[in-house]
Amino acid sequence: MAAVRTSSEIGFNRVAIVAILVVTLIFLAPIYWIASTAFKPRNLATTIPPTVVFQPEISPFVKLFTKRSQLRSPPTPEEYAAAPWWERVVFDGGEKIVRDGKGQVQWSGYPSRFLNSLIIAITSTVLAVGMGTFTAYGFSRFKVKGEADLLFFILSTRMLPPVVVAIPMFLMYRAVGLNDSHIGLIILYTAFNLSFSVWLMKGFMDEIPKEYEEAALVDGYTRMEAFFKIVLPEAATGIAATAVFCFITAWNEYAFALIMTNRRAQTAPPFIPSQVGSGLPDWTVIAAGTFLFLLPVAIFTFLLRNHLLRGMSFGAIRK
Amino acid sequence: MTQIELRGVQKFFGAVQVIKDLNLKISDNEFIVLLGQSGCGKTTTLRAIAGLETIDEGDILIDGKPIQHLKAADRDIAMVFQSFSLYPHMSVYENIAFPLRATRKSKAEIEQEVRSVAKTLQILDLLDKKPSALSGGDMQRVAIGRALVRRPKAMLMDEPIGALDAKLREEMRAEIKRLHIKQGSTTIYVTHDQIEAMSLADRIVIMHEGVLQQVGSPDEVYSHPANLFVAQFVGSPVMNVADAAVAETASSVSVTVGGAAAGFEFPRALLSKLNGHAGSQLALGIRPEGVLIRRDAAEGFLPVETQIVEPLGSFDIVDLKVGSKMLRARTKSGFVSGPGEKVFARIDPAQAHFFDTASGKSLEVRL
Repeated sequence: MAAVRTSSEIGFNRVAIVAILVVTLIFLAPIYWIASTAFKPRNLATTIPPTVVFQPEISPFVKLFTKRSQLRSPPTPEEYAAAPWWERVVFDGGEKIVRDGKGQVQWSGYPSRFLNSLIIAITSTVLAVGMGTFTAYGFSRFKVKGEADLLFFILSTRMLPPVVVAIPMFLMYRAVGLNDSHIGLIILYTAFNLSFSVWLMKGFMDEIPKEYEEAALVDGYTRMEAFFKIVLPEAATGIAATAVFCFITAWNEYAFALIMTNRRAQTAPPFIPSQVGSGLPDWTVIAAGTFLFLLPVAIFTFLLRNHLLRGMSFGAIRK
Repeated sequence: MTQIELRGVQKFFGAVQVIKDLNLKISDNEFIVLLGQSGCGKTTTLRAIAGLETIDEGDILIDGKPIQHLKAADRDIAMVFQSFSLYPHMSVYENIAFPLRATRKSKAEIEQEVRSVAKTLQILDLLDKKPSALSGGDMQRVAIGRALVRRPKAMLMDEPIGALDAKLREEMRAEIKRLHIKQGSTTIYVTHDQIEAMSLADRIVIMHEGVLQQVGSPDEVYSHPANLFVAQFVGSPVMNVADAAVAETASSVSVTVGGAAAGFEFPRALLSKLNGHAGSQLALGIRPEGVLIRRDAAEGFLPVETQIVEPLGSFDIVDLKVGSKMLRARTKSGFVSGPGEKVFARIDPAQAHFFDTASGKSLEVRL
């Protein structure tokens, strides 16, 4: 049967398409800016009006990962010819890569900060989602004394803006030696995400009919087996959605990372802007750092997109 | 051989008692239907037998051994849920194989048993599908397959076909009955649908507000209801019940309902069978087919006026005004053309029931 559409419907569709295009452009413009700046030669990074057409360069990424110093004199032609391509692009910018006594290239601070971000965000996400899933299951399936009060208490940890507790937290962390440690930030982000995770997962758990577990119980399984074999697969969608949100929160967190860490456990968010202050800022390097920083969240979200789509419309699809 | 016995079972939800002193013996291979309105405790009883609810007092015995302290998994009982509860992330095959995977059976054994059950239920071609791709009837076949595959001691079914549409319900009802005759296992089936109960049960257990009202074969509960509740719950259209006054006349006994000018004629034997209750609060119960009507006057027939006529296809239900009371009679279709007709009615004494209105109990009068 052919679909019959009225002219007003077609008109509405056109308006909708234009609106979607405009909104998409607004959202994508900053990302495009960061991505394009990350590949620009340094002298084109801050032109007014912005340069749109340019020969992309890889040098910002080389600079991002290496420690450099200003060249007092240009390299000799032999030095330049002997240098690998990634060293030449640094020479071209009037800098040289710092090497130690054995000639080993010195890394910049970025890779370790990036690794810190990954370790802290992934670990705290796994912990928050894991604990949140168990807690939510408990609240959803069993009669918990004072359930409403407990759930409200869990939620109330999110009622203050986090910065309000930043200084007391800092003092406590310093007293117990948790400042500038991975475990410190992991605990902090886990605690921060846990309330969110419990509440979100409780919603998903409540949607899973308890007859599934009861069927498994009479089919000869223990409650624990029923949880792992039946409830968890059913909750996968909710777990994925919760994990994405927790990961984004932990990955992007700035204020506590800035206060609690300075070197060993510093994450990328406080590190990237700190590079602006040292000498004349090289915006291409900062853009390269920011661009790489965006990737894990984008990849993670992309991998879980099917689950997310179902997760967002969970209540609407299930009977 | 599986016998199930409930002894003095009590169950509370908070302050509300949902099962009151329930005693019931179910013999091997018997098909028992727990019948009652929603909230009467029938599903709670079933779940208590399955091990999904604890009981507060009493014993549940399987083959003479108390099992109320065993976990559901250790009772070797299978259950079919109203919502089917097929695991959505598993294929039909995996769903049916799931109970077997809890045992130490080999892959080949599991495969063989799943296929054999699927063959019985004629769902072999569905084994690779996901539950979401199935029709309601097929979902229920799979759910029954999952329950049967383990050869459990007993099968529990909680309104298994309540969620299907009327036509499919009728088909599945016949299928469940065929399956029970073929496979033969002790089955407890919960429903609020008396037609399901009548057509499936060896014995029907009628519950109301947590109290067992009557246990008996479909014919027994229909023809000899133990009390007013059962009398009005079983049978469609429902039994007429009216307060009745019994008076002795010269040749017979007259039973007056609704303060009518004249009473219906009953044999004298009624008086002795009422056993002294004649003077007390009495209710007369009569099913619509026990109200006989004719067009011309005859011995023992009272003149009455027709009110509403409900044509139901193979027969009509006619409301007759008797005094202030309405009696519903079953007639050939088209026998009465409409309201306001004058006809003559009597009550067939053999089909009449008498109840003590104070206790609601049947006086077991059989004429």
